[in-house]
Amino acid sequence: MSSPAALRRSPLALLVVLFLGLCFTGTAYAALQPSAAPGTSAATMSAEDVAAGKKLFLGNCATCHGTNGEGVDPIGPSLVGAGAAAVDFQVSTGRMPLPAPGVQADRNASQVKFSEEEISQLAAYVDSLGPGPDVPAAEYTDLQGADIAAGGAAYRTNCAMCHNSSGTGGALTRGKYAPTLMGVEPQHIYEAMLTGPQSMPVFNDNNLTPQDKENIIAFLKNMEEGGNSYGGAGIGSYGPAGDALFVWTLGIGTLIALAVWIGRKAA
Amino acid sequence: MSTHHDNLPATAEPAEDRFTNPGFPPHTPRRSDVDERAARRASVQVVTLFTISALASIAFLVAYYAIDPELKGSIIGIGEVNLFHVVLGLTMGLSLLGIGLGAVHWAKTLMPDEESVEERHTMASAQEDRDAVGRQLSHGWRSTHLNRRSALLGSAGGALGLFALPLVVPVLAGLGPRPRGELYTTNWEAGKRLMIDPSGAPIRAADVTQGSVFHVMPDGFVGAAAHELDPQDMMTSKAKDQVILVKLDPAKIKSQKQRDWGYDGIVAYSKVCTHVGCPVALYEQQTHHLLCPCHQSTFDMTDDCKVIFGPAKRPLPQLPITVDDEGYIVAVDGFREPIGPSFWERKRPGILMEDEG
Amino acid sequence: MSTNHVPQGAGHLRAETATAGAATATAPQPGWSPDQGSKDATFPKALVGVDERLGAAKMMRWGLGKVFPDHWSFLLGEIAMYSMIIALITGTFLTLWFVPSMGHVVYDGSYVPLKGVAMSEAYASTLDISFEVKGGLLIRQLHHWSALFFIVGIAVHAARVFFTGAFRKPREINWVIGVVMSLLACIEGFAGYSLPDDLLSGTGIRAMNGFMMSAPVIGTWMTFFVFGGEFPGESIITRLYIAHVLLIPAILVGLFVAHLILIVLPKHTQYPGPGRTNDNVAGFPVMPVYAAKAGGFFFVVFGITALVSALVQINPVWVFGPYDPTQVTAGSQPDFYMWFSDGALRLLPGWLEFELWGTTWSFNIFLGSLLLLPLVWLILGVYPFVEAWITGDKREHHLLQRPRNAPVRTAVGMAAISMYLVLALACINDILAIKLHLSINDLTILFRVLFFVLPVVVFFVVKRLCLSLQRHDRETVLHGWETGRVVRTEEGRFFEVHAPLDEYTRWSLVEYETPRPLGQLDGAPTDEHGVRRPAGPLTGLRNALSSFYYKDSITAVTPSELAAAHHHGEHEALETPEEAARIDQHGAPVSEAPGDDYYTKGLKAGRHS
Repeated sequence: MSSPAALRRSPLALLVVLFLGLCFTGTAYAALQPSAAPGTSAATMSAEDVAAGKKLFLGNCATCHGTNGEGVDPIGPSLVGAGAAAVDFQVSTGRMPLPAPGVQADRNASQVKFSEEEISQLAAYVDSLGPGPDVPAAEYTDLQGADIAAGGAAYRTNCAMCHNSSGTGGALTRGKYAPTLMGVEPQHIYEAMLTGPQSMPVFNDNNLTPQDKENIIAFLKNMEEGGNSYGGAGIGSYGPAGDALFVWTLGIGTLIALAVWIGRKAA
Repeated sequence: MSTHHDNLPATAEPAEDRFTNPGFPPHTPRRSDVDERAARRASVQVVTLFTISALASIAFLVAYYAIDPELKGSIIGIGEVNLFHVVLGLTMGLSLLGIGLGAVHWAKTLMPDEESVEERHTMASAQEDRDAVGRQLSHGWRSTHLNRRSALLGSAGGALGLFALPLVVPVLAGLGPRPRGELYTTNWEAGKRLMIDPSGAPIRAADVTQGSVFHVMPDGFVGAAAHELDPQDMMTSKAKDQVILVKLDPAKIKSQKQRDWGYDGIVAYSKVCTHVGCPVALYEQQTHHLLCPCHQSTFDMTDDCKVIFGPAKRPLPQLPITVDDEGYIVAVDGFREPIGPSFWERKRPGILMEDEG
Repeated sequence: MSTNHVPQGAGHLRAETATAGAATATAPQPGWSPDQGSKDATFPKALVGVDERLGAAKMMRWGLGKVFPDHWSFLLGEIAMYSMIIALITGTFLTLWFVPSMGHVVYDGSYVPLKGVAMSEAYASTLDISFEVKGGLLIRQLHHWSALFFIVGIAVHAARVFFTGAFRKPREINWVIGVVMSLLACIEGFAGYSLPDDLLSGTGIRAMNGFMMSAPVIGTWMTFFVFGGEFPGESIITRLYIAHVLLIPAILVGLFVAHLILIVLPKHTQYPGPGRTNDNVAGFPVMPVYAAKAGGFFFVVFGITALVSALVQINPVWVFGPYDPTQVTAGSQPDFYMWFSDGALRLLPGWLEFELWGTTWSFNIFLGSLLLLPLVWLILGVYPFVEAWITGDKREHHLLQRPRNAPVRTAVGMAAISMYLVLALACINDILAIKLHLSINDLTILFRVLFFVLPVVVFFVVKRLCLSLQRHDRETVLHGWETGRVVRTEEGRFFEVHAPLDEYTRWSLVEYETPRPLGQLDGAPTDEHGVRRPAGPLTGLRNALSSFYYKDSITAVTPSELAAAHHHGEHEALETPEEAARIDQHGAPVSEAPGDDYYTKGLKAGRHS
């Protein structure tokens, strides 16, 4: 018989703890959120993954989020309960690890530092710290059977005030901004709604059901793939500002140039 | 008095020490004036432009019938776009520009370019005309007895002054009902459930997790129930009943009233801006600031929605809430002050409503 | 060449031109000459009947011979005029399908992202025009772009009229008509922008409702009467529609006709130049050149608007979605001509709202809307009368001024424009913030400061710039234009060769008059008996303003100044006639009398100070 301490250290024990923890998490989560999406559960991740994730975490994240993910005030929030979805969103969009402190972390595909496997390991580790939303199941991001029009209505009520009705983003207070949603992976949009990164509020599954979220994503993808391809160049979809810029520069400029031509004597 | 007094320069320069106008410079002929080949070339260019216009008009008609209106394609610099629209616009533009550019080019190269000169005369009439009009008016005044019988003038003036009223008053008065109590009331009342907009689902306190935001309407005015309503009532309700619901850490709430009117840190506020009425819907969950996208009024949700930036003056009105027997969030009461933009009688409802009693 | 002493007067000038023309017409001209029409040409038979009934021949003789001066800046007003006509044509097309109703329907058209969405008939019919009517989207975009071109055209035209002093007597009334038209154009634009009842325009109407409600005493009554009750009601779209398609266009067209009549009646203004006087107008007659150019320009403007409408999307209402009072989109702003007002609403601080005897006074709102809107147009409208009063000038003015020759007016105008621009840009502070990666709060504070500071800075910079340009003009007249050729004398001194101005070029630089401040004009004002009139309370203000406008004036070069400069130049720049002759040999232009007809100016000495 090994001592209890030795047992605690064994990988098996970790697995047992994790399993129990997950059972509790799952129950609690299911109890709190009856219609929660059955995601790619962290349960499929092995203890090795969690351990690997911890290693990555200590090397890349612990400075700001603490060695046990408990957070370092004021530079990094606690990640206990942040969940796998938050990790996947932050890390695979290149927002985290934050290259430099600023008002806001920017999406930057060139800054994604980890492979998909590493990200899922990191996610498994963070998920092991405390229960949180999981990475969404593929059925909610494949957009099969989604209702684009219903998605548009939900988008305009819940999202357009920050992200613009065309999904091109908008300004928030003090230099913060809601980023454009064009060209963003469906999974990341889903995760953002689920976890509320940075200034964005959380839209849990009681507020916007997984189907609602899928509808919203489908609406955005439609906007990206031709939903707005009518009538010519969209000048950034910034509404009257783009129109004004055009009409006051190229528009009136062309007409004035022609007027000058008309007023000039021929050679 | 000189009649030309009005036209005397007020700030005359010493006339003797000024340059004199040298007159028009000699005319220099254009290339097409002296070179028959240049003239012929210009003429060919004009004909070409007119021909392009005619061809473009025909192309427009062909495109109108031949191109599938749904057809999409990619254009450099624009991206994917409906080609039918673009082809119609381009052919129409060419058809018009061909005529325009052709006519101008014609005028510039082939029509005469020597300027003509017209003389100008002062706008003022001659004294003789002014005198004549004076006599005419005087004749009119006297011959109609207006100078002697003031009753004529008074009654005619009165009649003319009043005749428009029967036409104007019904129009103005018929434009709308006068305001009464509408601005002071909403559809919120005690026990009314807060429902998610647009689905119409009720909300349990546990559903409102920290950091989340719910856009809310009163029960019966959202979701399937709203279809039963008269559309106008539905729109009026949307305009004044909209509420934003968030959960804050109770420890962060600075105002006791705000904590009391909420439920376990969950607070509900009118979403109608107190500036000019846009939905104040931008909730930053980290700073707990609510931002209005129209004029950037910023409200602090942890401090009873007081204004911390921007043109609004008043905080957003709070809706007192609690939880009913079934665990759903309900209103304790309606709003205790008028929601939305300021108006003159806001604090004095009696001004608008006193004759209702 | 000697100074030409042609007596002023149109008759003389015409005679002069005729002889000059005859002298230069050496080659046979295939072009037009006044008597090119066939000798046996008769009045067209088809028009005889019309002439018998209407006297058409008299009118045509008058109209076809009218002369319009030719300058590109005179076409700016035509941009506005033609854009208005294009908007009228395309607007008529749109009325055939547009349903100005707030009645509710469920969309069942071909645009998938809105299928099954509840919306107003106005919005649904706008979608139908865009997606169902063939070519409807093109006409919609033409309508909106031409409306924007209309207002931009008005703005640049008004700027041209302002900065060249074309609004002066006898054209003040036409200026006022134009100002009223520009106000109507903005209201017309706002109404049209609101009609589709999409989320963006609905938000605009919501804001309009808010700022009407802010009016003291009558605010609530006014909104209830305009909206037919509580917001949003079911009337506002229908009411804006009738204003947009009938009331305002009718008034606009009426004023537009009056505007044109008042252009033709005193004949068009012209830029100063050789031969052009206050008593003549030189240009092209309607038949055929002006008709071809102006008519051609209509098609050019229409064609460019069509190309723009083909290639650049405007107001994609399908993206915004139907209006729903609970929804809003980031980047909510009106079309640009309303920006200054909306921008003012963003800048005005909240503490301007206060309570007085229990009543609420929202200066933070109605200062930027209900007061600012009429105020801007009131200031524009009264400007000509104010300037005339300050100047004390009662003469008719048909010759335009170069903006530099009215430095304070130009500076005041530019300062006003900068003020307007600050307000307008404040309206897109959210777009600027996101595009320039700035804080929206910092931008708002910056604009609050700029609103007060920028006009002052602009005023001084522009005034200095005008005065420098005027001085530069004087230099050019006194010393000729810089040829850029530098010549070295045998003693090693360097000179830039200055070529003389010909008298035509010189005239354009010296023709202007400079009013003097009233107070300094002739001492205290006297009445007709020569008795000193007591200074009224306004006289002081008037003199102060007059001094503000004209005290720094730079007058045009006079012949005696030029003669003195010649004399001066000979002695300072060229020590001896021999020296001048040497320079001549080094490649200066040939002339009969060096030192008289060309000038050299020492580069090393600032001898003009």
